[in-house]
Amino acid sequence: MATEVTYDLVCFHCGQQCEDETQWFHDKPFCCQGCMTVYEILDTNNLCTYYTLDQKPGTTRKQKTDETYGYLDDADAQKKLLTFQSPTFAKVTFFVPAIHCTSCIWLLENLHKLSDGVIHSEVVFGKKSVTIDYNPEKISLAHVADLIASVGYAPKITLAAQHDKKSDNTLATKVAIAGFCFGNVMLFSFPEYLGIDHNDAYLMRLFSKLNLALAIPVLFYSGIDYLTSAFKSFKQKQINIDVPIAAGLIALFARSSYDIITATGPGYLDSFTGLVFFLLIGRWFQSKTYESLSFDRDFTSYFPLAVSKLEKDGWKPTVVHKLKQHDQIRIRNMELVPADSILLDSHAYIDYSFVTGESKPVKVKQAELVYAGGRLIGTPVTLVVEKSTSQSHLTSLWNNDAFKKTEESQYQKVIDRAARKFTWIVLGIAIITATYWYITYPSQMWLVLTSVLMVACPCALALAAPFTLGSMLRVAGRNKLYLKNADIIERMASIDTVVFDKTGTVTHGSEPTILIDGKPNEYTLACIKTLTSFSTHPLSSHVTNFLHQRADITVDKFKELPGKGIEAFIDGRLFKIGSATFTGITEKVSPTASHVFVSIDGQFSCRFSITTAIRKDIGAMIKRLGSRAFALLSGDHDHDKEAMRALFGADVELHFNQSPQEKLEHIKNLQAQGRKVMMIGDGLNDSGALKQSDVGIAISDNQGVFTPACDGILLGEQITSIDKMLRFSRKSSSILRIGFGISFFYNAIALSFAVTGNLTPLVAAIIMPISSISVVGFSTLAVRYAATKTKMN
Amino acid sequence: MGIIIILICISLLIAVLFLGVFYWNMKNGQYDDTYTPSVRMLFEDKPEGEPKDNH
Repeated sequence: MATEVTYDLVCFHCGQQCEDETQWFHDKPFCCQGCMTVYEILDTNNLCTYYTLDQKPGTTRKQKTDETYGYLDDADAQKKLLTFQSPTFAKVTFFVPAIHCTSCIWLLENLHKLSDGVIHSEVVFGKKSVTIDYNPEKISLAHVADLIASVGYAPKITLAAQHDKKSDNTLATKVAIAGFCFGNVMLFSFPEYLGIDHNDAYLMRLFSKLNLALAIPVLFYSGIDYLTSAFKSFKQKQINIDVPIAAGLIALFARSSYDIITATGPGYLDSFTGLVFFLLIGRWFQSKTYESLSFDRDFTSYFPLAVSKLEKDGWKPTVVHKLKQHDQIRIRNMELVPADSILLDSHAYIDYSFVTGESKPVKVKQAELVYAGGRLIGTPVTLVVEKSTSQSHLTSLWNNDAFKKTEESQYQKVIDRAARKFTWIVLGIAIITATYWYITYPSQMWLVLTSVLMVACPCALALAAPFTLGSMLRVAGRNKLYLKNADIIERMASIDTVVFDKTGTVTHGSEPTILIDGKPNEYTLACIKTLTSFSTHPLSSHVTNFLHQRADITVDKFKELPGKGIEAFIDGRLFKIGSATFTGITEKVSPTASHVFVSIDGQFSCRFSITTAIRKDIGAMIKRLGSRAFALLSGDHDHDKEAMRALFGADVELHFNQSPQEKLEHIKNLQAQGRKVMMIGDGLNDSGALKQSDVGIAISDNQGVFTPACDGILLGEQITSIDKMLRFSRKSSSILRIGFGISFFYNAIALSFAVTGNLTPLVAAIIMPISSISVVGFSTLAVRYAATKTKMN
Repeated sequence: MGIIIILICISLLIAVLFLGVFYWNMKNGQYDDTYTPSVRMLFEDKPEGEPKDNH
């Protein structure tokens, strides 16, 4: 009776709609076997509080990856991961991307109820990490990882992610000490501000000396980074922004010490400590912003940590970087080949899309070389390592210029250039003023010279960029656009050409409607699934995901013909899967869907009609982009050309049947014409193009999926706000320019005071911090204003 | 006026004390996670063997 209500059923575990595979347990519906298993584990261990703390807390187990953690029992891997290790006690911290709600915290902190060996576990929600204390005698590290994976919290383990960030703490300490000293120096400067009469002159001297004592740690602890950076840039015979800052700091400090020691004045230590304090706050804000938005781009994190290596007593997991020449390794389906190796089996299909952007699997024969970074498609194979990972093909490819974008950011260059000019101008002015004062009033010369040098410190200039771009990054993050770093905002501002991928970008990638014509039997469907799973073409993956039949099948002479289809022999029968002409079928089909035909020995077997829906409101967004929307590069054939033409209008170039390599070339050509290209794709078969473009944005419908080649990740539902984000990013340059203007304005005023010999400590104290604060305040407010103006919230 | 010097010493001492406490807290990791403890303190410890939760 309950057959037609399937659409109203939501999984008790993850809250997703239950479709064809609905499972029932304890009268509760589950969308898949995986979700039900998790519920069973929790239920038997009396942990169902999990479901009462938050609504549908689980994550779906439909696309469960069978990651195994066997390699974690290798002593080397343990050394990398464990923060503490003794025979009966060990401590490990896992990064668990699935942590998202109260229930997650509760379950992960109750792990000891699931296993005896776990002593204690603690979640850090902000970092999505869980620290587990366990007893290695009772449970191995691999089992701990398996345990949390079994309840739906698969840890993400990478070699690269294993370094701690201790430097943040020292920065915070530096800020704290600078702030402490700043406050106290201000306090001791009160008599000076208010003008105590000269009867209490000894008190003023005492206060000045206290100030000097407080300023010493500020210069030699809090401000030491500026001094060393300036020193280093001198060594390289260059001038960076830190040079004038360091010169200003040293001038301020030296001049004040001289005044205080000779008892000729109170010095400018209040402005000196305030300056360091505000500079460090800017730096801290910057690092916080980067930390919360950073994601790992190190290629080592995409390698499997360990592979199965043949040893005397069988296959053993081994850490990748321990592989040596002549080691025998075994690679499973969809695993990356970690090092250049020779194939021992008769043949294998390797997908090099990760390396070259070309997604067509390459057939490798026995005794041929397989390059590192290739992904195995199909049955497991055995390989012999030729070169260890460090010197392998992939490393050199990755270091190739094509995979790098300009590292130095534009604004940093602008600042450095400005600083260089600024320094020379200030030096010139300082010399001229010094000469003038030497002639007219020699006793004042040194005073004026140091004053001029002091106000040259373009601290507001250094603050404007990190504050502006930092708050822009945050706004983008709030709008579900996660950018790699602040440089991307600058590059986004210069974009004049936007290129779209079709599948997964303009259309929904994940949920196509698939209809099947013809009546193949279960075994045939299993054969089709096996064959399509060898191919990475989007249509193939749709068919693979659509079919659920399984059987043991031996495939012979597998061949993939780009743009046509795949063919192979199974049990002596020729299977052809692909386009109508390729399979030799003449049938009129509706032009609105993609069709995949299957023929066996030339006879029609069945047909899959795949319709992918166009995302909502995307047409309006393309209109708003106007002439910037430039091209559509699709890997599919042109069956929906009409629909795309209607969507994009007459002026946009539409290219179909593009291989990943062609997409990359296309972007290159556009760039050769002097265009700044933004590529928007799903990162599956256009990673090369994403990397090549000035800004590569990967569309993700699932926040857990990470595409390595992109500059930013945009949530699928937010694709309609691309135009807004571009408009928003373009505001950055004007905000920066005004910020720089304010900074220069203040410096000009301060300089005019200094040149005329009117720079008293009070004026310096007012001008310097106010200039910094007003620049920071301006950039933060201006970004907020720009955000509301462009309707980003 | 001698009292001022004593007062200054005391005020500096207290300020340094607070700075030290802040440093100690930071070293101890009290600022590492500012969200989870607020959730954790509201979890109830259920006695073992309580009837299963069916809602």
